[in-house]
Amino acid sequence: MEWRRSYGRAPKMIHLESNFVQFKEELLPKEGNKALLTFPFLHIYWTECCDTEVYKTTVKDDITKWQNVLKAHSSVDWLIVVVESDAKKKNKTNILPRTSIVDKIRNDFCNKQSDRCVVLSDPLKDSSRSQESWNAFLTKLRTLLLMSFTKNLGKFEDDMRTLREKRTEPGWSFCEYFMVQEELAFVFEMLQQFEDALVQYDELDALFSQYVVNFGAGDGANWLTFFCQPVRSWNGLILRKPIDMEKRELIQNQEATLLDLRSYLFSRQCTLLIFLQRPWEVSQRALELLHNCVQELKLLEVSVPPGALDCWVFLSCLEVLQRIEGCCDRAQIDANVSHTVGLWSYATEKLKSLGYLCGLVSEKGPNSEDLNRTVDLLAGLGAERPETANASQSPYKKLKEALSSVEAFEKHYLDLSHATIEMYTNIGRIRSAKLVGKDLAEFYMRKKGPQKAEVYLQGALKTYLAEGWALLVTHTRKQLAECQKQLGQIENYLQTSSLLAGDNHLTEEERKRFCQEILDFTNQQAENQGQKVILPMHSFAQLKTLHFDPPNAVVHVGGKLSIELTLLSQMPIPVQVDQVAIHVHFSIEKNSYRKTAEWLTKHKTSNGVISFPSEIAGLPLSRNSLPALELAEMYERSPSDNSLNTAGIICKNAHMLLRRQESSSSLDVPSGLTLEDGAHVLKCNNLTLEPGDNKITFNIQAKEPGTYTLRQLCTSVGKVQFVLLHIYPIVQYDVYSQEPQLKVEPMTESLLAGIPQKVKFTVTTGHYTMKSGDTLQLSNADAMPILYHPESKAVIYSNTREKISESSLRIQSSEKITSISLPVAPAYHVIEFELEVMYLPSATESAVEKGNTINKENHRKNKEKQKQDNCMATVDQKLNPASQQVVYSKQSMFFVWELKWTKELPLSLQCLFSVSFCPATSEEQSLTLKPFTYKFQVENFFTLYHVKTEIFPPLDAEYCKTGSLCSLEVSITRLVELSEVDRDEALTESDGYCTTKLMYEVVDNSSNWAVCGKSSGVISMPVAPRATHKVHMEVMPLFAGHLPFPDVRLFKYLPHHSAHSMQLDADSWIENDNLSVDKNVDEQADSSSVRSRGSLHSTASGEHKGLPMPRLQPFSPGQVFNSSTGMQILVIPSKDDHVLEVNVT
Amino acid sequence: MVLLPREQLCSRGAAAWGGALLGTEMVNQLWQQQCDSFCSQNYPLYIRSVPTENELKFHYTVHTSLDVVDEKISAMGKALVDQRELYLGLLYPTEDYKVYGYVTNSKVKFVMVVDSSNTALRDNEIRSMFRKLHNSYTDIMCNPFYNPGDRIHSRAFDTMVNSMMMQVC
Repeated sequence: MEWRRSYGRAPKMIHLESNFVQFKEELLPKEGNKALLTFPFLHIYWTECCDTEVYKTTVKDDITKWQNVLKAHSSVDWLIVVVESDAKKKNKTNILPRTSIVDKIRNDFCNKQSDRCVVLSDPLKDSSRSQESWNAFLTKLRTLLLMSFTKNLGKFEDDMRTLREKRTEPGWSFCEYFMVQEELAFVFEMLQQFEDALVQYDELDALFSQYVVNFGAGDGANWLTFFCQPVRSWNGLILRKPIDMEKRELIQNQEATLLDLRSYLFSRQCTLLIFLQRPWEVSQRALELLHNCVQELKLLEVSVPPGALDCWVFLSCLEVLQRIEGCCDRAQIDANVSHTVGLWSYATEKLKSLGYLCGLVSEKGPNSEDLNRTVDLLAGLGAERPETANASQSPYKKLKEALSSVEAFEKHYLDLSHATIEMYTNIGRIRSAKLVGKDLAEFYMRKKGPQKAEVYLQGALKTYLAEGWALLVTHTRKQLAECQKQLGQIENYLQTSSLLAGDNHLTEEERKRFCQEILDFTNQQAENQGQKVILPMHSFAQLKTLHFDPPNAVVHVGGKLSIELTLLSQMPIPVQVDQVAIHVHFSIEKNSYRKTAEWLTKHKTSNGVISFPSEIAGLPLSRNSLPALELAEMYERSPSDNSLNTAGIICKNAHMLLRRQESSSSLDVPSGLTLEDGAHVLKCNNLTLEPGDNKITFNIQAKEPGTYTLRQLCTSVGKVQFVLLHIYPIVQYDVYSQEPQLKVEPMTESLLAGIPQKVKFTVTTGHYTMKSGDTLQLSNADAMPILYHPESKAVIYSNTREKISESSLRIQSSEKITSISLPVAPAYHVIEFELEVMYLPSATESAVEKGNTINKENHRKNKEKQKQDNCMATVDQKLNPASQQVVYSKQSMFFVWELKWTKELPLSLQCLFSVSFCPATSEEQSLTLKPFTYKFQVENFFTLYHVKTEIFPPLDAEYCKTGSLCSLEVSITRLVELSEVDRDEALTESDGYCTTKLMYEVVDNSSNWAVCGKSSGVISMPVAPRATHKVHMEVMPLFAGHLPFPDVRLFKYLPHHSAHSMQLDADSWIENDNLSVDKNVDEQADSSSVRSRGSLHSTASGEHKGLPMPRLQPFSPGQVFNSSTGMQILVIPSKDDHVLEVNVT
Repeated sequence: MVLLPREQLCSRGAAAWGGALLGTEMVNQLWQQQCDSFCSQNYPLYIRSVPTENELKFHYTVHTSLDVVDEKISAMGKALVDQRELYLGLLYPTEDYKVYGYVTNSKVKFVMVVDSSNTALRDNEIRSMFRKLHNSYTDIMCNPFYNPGDRIHSRAFDTMVNSMMMQVC
């Protein structure tokens, strides 16, 4: 049926079940009735009267009476059913068909409500008419029933609300109200509207909770005090019955305790939730309920015997779990462990506290007091309920059994714990599992079963360590220490103790206690001569810094090295340490550079302190031990052509970063603690390590040369050794051995000739000890004598460049050898002294010297400049300043002389240049410096040719124009006769003429001119003075402005001596593009080859190999005078040029 | 809404914790940083509890609650990131305490443990407390001298937490 409801609630299809009962006046509800389930919703009067007489006499009266009764009870829901049968009709003939009984009844009773009377014709016959009337009747019945139901339900709800509003009134009772609202819930449940039914209970629940909270806040309702009566029964929830009538009665009679009410309420909620197929909500609500009840009892200050609540919670948890198991299959339960595990865990917890309470978790078992308590608790459980009495197991049985004996308790507790741990683990709640495990460990410890406890403690510790929870780590470690002590795991116990002794989360007393544990052990063990116990050091002390002296940690054989350790002791009290030892690994290093004194002096900057990263306490190890990314560039080149194929970044320590976390065994007790056995051990005995920083110094006498790597640090306290397995970063020191060395270096950048300068002698003694009488012998070089100063001192330095002493030098010089007697010095010291030397440029060497070299002297006394003339020349001295001149480094100095001669020209002039000089700083030096002399020769100083260049504008123009051709005229004039020396040049004597061949070349390096046609050629010059040769060529100016003339160069053109016939070969050999153009065979020496002088010169040099080549020879400077050098000509821009370019030079 | 008068609470507090004025209220804040994928880290950045007597128990409670936080985060991971609610709600109730969770977008977790008898603290209050914490934490992260992932030692933060814990009692 569709059910439309008030308050805009959505229509629903409902199934309304109804009971038909015989009418009795007593059954009619009295005023204020709250029972809705048994409420008579519709009253039906059945009659099969078909006789008007009978109707008038009896039936009518009867109906009237019935109606009056109904009215008296203000019930308006009624229906009159008239059953007609044809059979009866036939018997009674006086029945008027039109005025049937039905009509009469309608007339009499149903004024305006004609639908309140229904005819049912021939109900037992299988006719269509009968069928129809049945249908009509049933429809009517349903409608009226529902109408009445709705009306009454609405009224009921209104009444209920009114009642609720009265809750502040003094006489109001929650229990009464509870029954009313529950009635509503029952109705809904009956209608299968479980959701609505649940809402009713939830409302009751919330109302009650609110009252409790208000009560806690001091606003107590009277009726609530009743719920505050002491708890006497704690038999847990009952969820197996749909309605726990027993508890309901208690509520009805206002005798229920808080637990009763809560239990009943929850059992109803549970039932409805299970109807609604929401078992997981049951478990969730159950947990909330249990927590809530505990809180409420506390809040209401209800007196509860110790352990009673634990019993109640435990039973309830199991009951809920069993209830859920009862309505779900295994797979469903397994899939929803996360919903139920809380209950399991809660039950475990409660059983545990019960066990502790009843003395079941001790070695000795419960005492009499415990037993009394147990009996009391069991009494509160009451008798087992009949519905589970016959079952093999029930929460009740379980609890009773668990509390009955130590063994039974253990079994049940372990079962529960293991089940809970397994469930937690399965759903990934590792931390929760560990916590339960820790409880279990505590239990085992109580039961003196440390071996079982250890596993759980270690597991929990590992988790806490990994996640860096310092307080939890400390607490768990404390438990573990106790466990290990009982187990007799001496090493582990000592290690844990040492960790705890250094743990600042513990109190000072506790730390001292653990520290004392270790010390006690060491003392006792010393007597027994037992095995050494090796423990990791980090808990005991931390290596903070290491300091080398000398700082660069390099020492020579026999030298002294000290290492200072800073060790941070974690112990709370001073600890007497027998020995601190550093195990050193020795290797003979191939790379000996590190071992030299040179390296030593260069690497002085490091202060010799090596710091070790300290462990930050509390942070998880995983974070600490994770190394930083080490990235490097990576280039991959193709093997064939070395071109770049790939560029990238690689992580060098990926293997460290990417390893699985579980496998990082840093959390485990390092099992492989072994001391390296090495011959090299540095020791320091009998120390006291104070809490905090301690400085320990090791002194080393270096013996064998090589590299020493500090590997392990070991602190021995009695038989206990605390070992730092790896000293990282790597710490090394080197011992070297060195041969004696001598090093000579000038004090200045370079030595200058002629003046005394200092040279530093450094003698590194190496492993050799300088004895008295040891001398240094130097073979004398003639050109560079050593100047002896009596005040010369030798300074002796130590290896670290500290000045040790000073002593004077004794120097003995013979002709060949200078011997210097060295001062006495120990091995690995440095003797330093300075000697003055002077380089004397000898006469023979002077020819090699260039004038420039001597100019480098700082100061020069230009005493004398002399031109020594053989015979006829005189030198004019006035051109140069006569006084002294100061010359600085890199400065050039020039002298000019004019030579005049009177007689015939000499071919060459022999000259001698002499200059005296002295250092500017020591002007008055007694040392006599020899003047510097330089001999040289001046040749070819006569002017042979005069070259004159002229440029003419085109004939019709006044000026040269850009882009137009101009003529260039070069006139070469011979000035003197052919001299004797040059006679062989004049080869061409064909026609009696004696000519010399010259090659000219017009070059414009600044590309102002374009030379049109040949730019070079060979001319024949008659061997007569004043002979002139003119050459014409065309040039074109490329820019406007005053352009400098192109250069004209002149060379001697020397044909090959041997044969003229060869000349053709030479010509053919020379590439000559212009050959056809040239008329003059002589001018065949092509321009192309001449253009590059280098190639021509190479040709010339090639002559020596026998190639018959003409060669070019440049004139000496001064032999050719070019009168047009530096001349310029004005070029005007051409008019039609759009672009104007003016060249200004 | 029902507020518990302070007298009531304090008298109970006196019984339980020797008259600490902060009484029954216990609020723990806790941060864990979580890196993604291969290293999941859950060490505390900051823990504070009032009163301090039962600190160890709270540490255990908070640590265990991380299980539920992880569960909720991984369940949330499937939801769209931008629509994600930072507040995780009640992680789980215990007999005495309620544990609430909150996780920032960068997976920093905030956990708050509240005495379950304190009924003044409803969901909304908890939510706003978390928001306040988050703001304060953001301020810390803005400090250029703070190294993300380090334990928090900030006076401003302490003050804020203190005032918040005072307020709720």
